[in-house]
Amino acid sequence: MTSSLNLWLIPVLPLAGAAINGFLGKKSSRTAVSTIGLVFPGAAFAWALLVAFRFSSLPQIPYQEYVAHWIRSGSFSADFTLYLDQLSLVMLLVVTGVGFLIHIYSVGYMWDDPSYYRFFSYLNLFMFFMLTLVLANNYLLMFIGWEGVGLASYLLIGFWFTKDSAASAGKKAFIVNRIGDFGFLIGLFLLIQHFTSLDFTKVFDSVAHLPTGVETETLLTTIGILLMVGACGKSAQIPLYVWLPDAMEGPTPVSALIHAATMVTAGVYMVARSHVIFERAPSALMVVAIIGTLTALFAATIGIAQTDIKKVLAYSTISQLGYMFMACGVGAFSAGIFHLMTHAFFKGLLFLAAGSVIHAVGGEQDMRKMGGLRSYIPITAATMGIATLAIAGIWPFAGFWSKDEILWKAYQANWVYWFIGLVTAFITSFYMFRLLFMTFAGDYRGAKVDEHGHGTHVNGDGDHGHGEPHESPMVMLVPLMILAFLSLFGGLVGVHNGFEHFLDPVFGSGEAAQGAGETASRGTEFLLMFVSVGVALLGAWLAYLLYVSKPYLPQKIADALGSFYDAVLNKYYVDELYAKLFVKPLIDGSTSILWQGVDRKVIDDTVNNAADGARHVSDEVRHMQSGNLRSYAGWIAAGSAAVIAYMIWLGVGR
Amino acid sequence: MVPLSYYLVLSGILFACGVIGFLIKRNIITIFMSIELMLNGVNLSFVAFAAHWHALAGQVFVFFVMVVAAAEAAVGLAIIIAVYRTRETLNVDQVNLLKL
Repeated sequence: MTSSLNLWLIPVLPLAGAAINGFLGKKSSRTAVSTIGLVFPGAAFAWALLVAFRFSSLPQIPYQEYVAHWIRSGSFSADFTLYLDQLSLVMLLVVTGVGFLIHIYSVGYMWDDPSYYRFFSYLNLFMFFMLTLVLANNYLLMFIGWEGVGLASYLLIGFWFTKDSAASAGKKAFIVNRIGDFGFLIGLFLLIQHFTSLDFTKVFDSVAHLPTGVETETLLTTIGILLMVGACGKSAQIPLYVWLPDAMEGPTPVSALIHAATMVTAGVYMVARSHVIFERAPSALMVVAIIGTLTALFAATIGIAQTDIKKVLAYSTISQLGYMFMACGVGAFSAGIFHLMTHAFFKGLLFLAAGSVIHAVGGEQDMRKMGGLRSYIPITAATMGIATLAIAGIWPFAGFWSKDEILWKAYQANWVYWFIGLVTAFITSFYMFRLLFMTFAGDYRGAKVDEHGHGTHVNGDGDHGHGEPHESPMVMLVPLMILAFLSLFGGLVGVHNGFEHFLDPVFGSGEAAQGAGETASRGTEFLLMFVSVGVALLGAWLAYLLYVSKPYLPQKIADALGSFYDAVLNKYYVDELYAKLFVKPLIDGSTSILWQGVDRKVIDDTVNNAADGARHVSDEVRHMQSGNLRSYAGWIAAGSAAVIAYMIWLGVGR
Repeated sequence: MVPLSYYLVLSGILFACGVIGFLIKRNIITIFMSIELMLNGVNLSFVAFAAHWHALAGQVFVFFVMVVAAAEAAVGLAIIIAVYRTRETLNVDQVNLLKL
């Protein structure tokens, strides 16, 4: 192990920050807390940059760094070893970079929260787990990070735990994630059983050398689908996506960091990381593609009718994650990771800008009460506009490059994926521009703010009585601008497949072979590109028509659609369906069988009856112990007589 | 010669008298005497067996029992006197300080 990179510093630094703020933050000043909360992730980011610069000169890629030994049991072993290749490097930079920007933003956004230190402690803790996940060299260490980000997510969604909806949203996220984790775990058990190892290198090596045949394919398909179940939970795909919209109960920076930019992409990362398994299991890959495609479309349609600004973004996140899975599902892992990266930029930006909007109007999240904000908060409006263009996939913004790459790859695999992806792109563009127009165009529809909604989004100067929407402080705007810059130009790394070639060593030459076919049909690619941009523009135009030039139309359309509109408005009643199908039977079953049946009738009654029985017997028996000497003597005599009688009977019997 | 069973029956009767006396009498001295009666009932069966089997062990045991009974009588009578001095009664039912 020559020239160590000291990779371990990257996750450990935020952990130290979390510990310091968590243990000492309560008594420290806000300045001290924010300094610690920023310096540690900042240092991690700096270190990650350093690692990135030294990356090309590494003697061996993937670079592995042994930190400490952990589990050694028989032939199985799992160590705290870090693993760095092109894929984890990209994730590393996204997580630390975007994460650090959101930390900066949080300083402004959360300034007046009474639990300021707790927020930063949790954020840093989240960074630690996410980096563990990304840098792990085996599935078990990855699983620790995986569970850890789930924990951090739970803590942060329920950050305002005194609010009932926030507390239950946190629980919902945690429980839904557990379902996915269950699948993930079973997948890991299967891996251990068949490969006696969870190290990426060893597992993938064994997988690559498995003989071809039905048996191998069945095994790998099973493992792949189980891993995908885990990814569905973490990355909010059908059918386990329901937690993400509710997760918007958390503070907005959390939505940006965890539920848009980093944690939810863990599933995509995991699937991409396991590409060796998936490539040999076409059916599992197809499941991934179908789930991704359906989720993309499904979530996008829900996004159309939402009026809560954060809910729209939540559904768009689910939809964009669907794109990433679609890419992975058609074998274009690098396109998926590319979209993951650009999505981290523009979705992080969208959420932060939305946070800035919410901040501006004093905690209001309903878009129907916004409007005309562009003159009040021009910088937020401009950055959000850039992000919207990026997510809509309009040239030359970041989203265009990655989304187009995905659509192209999907088209090569099967035109159905491409077509659904295209429809989704149209819807995406529509609802994002709808959001933009409802928020920033027209006239301000909100009441003049007199009291703050949560009492948490107050700006620093303590000016409670501001009636006008106001621009956020600089500490919040700078991250917006940086992310806007990245949303503008971040996609350019994908020009001429630069990004794809960078990831080639990870995903192998499978795509290089595809590249040959690509040049042949460059014309088709350009055509598709124009189609998708055209579709995006069409969506934008439609949104303009409905929400700016003819604002009376949406209600008419809604009335015309009737019950279908209601279904979309109510998110297709999926939550209600789950409540009926899973939650209610579970509660009923638990109540009638487990609680009233097993717990009360079996366990409680056993204990109570044992106690009652003991008391009854004692009640009877205690009369023997009267304290009367002669009655004792009588008992002794009777006892001896009984013994003697028994002995005699024995003697007679013999 | 008197058969062994006669001795044993007498021994049993003596022992039973002791037991019954022990159970139904309230006076400590009577109870004490009942105990002596039981011991002697047992002694009788010991010597009867010793004579029957021509074994000395039974007689040796009787001596042991007598010695113990004598010692017990000395200690027991002392206790009875002490009890009488403090409680002014010899009725065992009234000597019940330890009873709840």
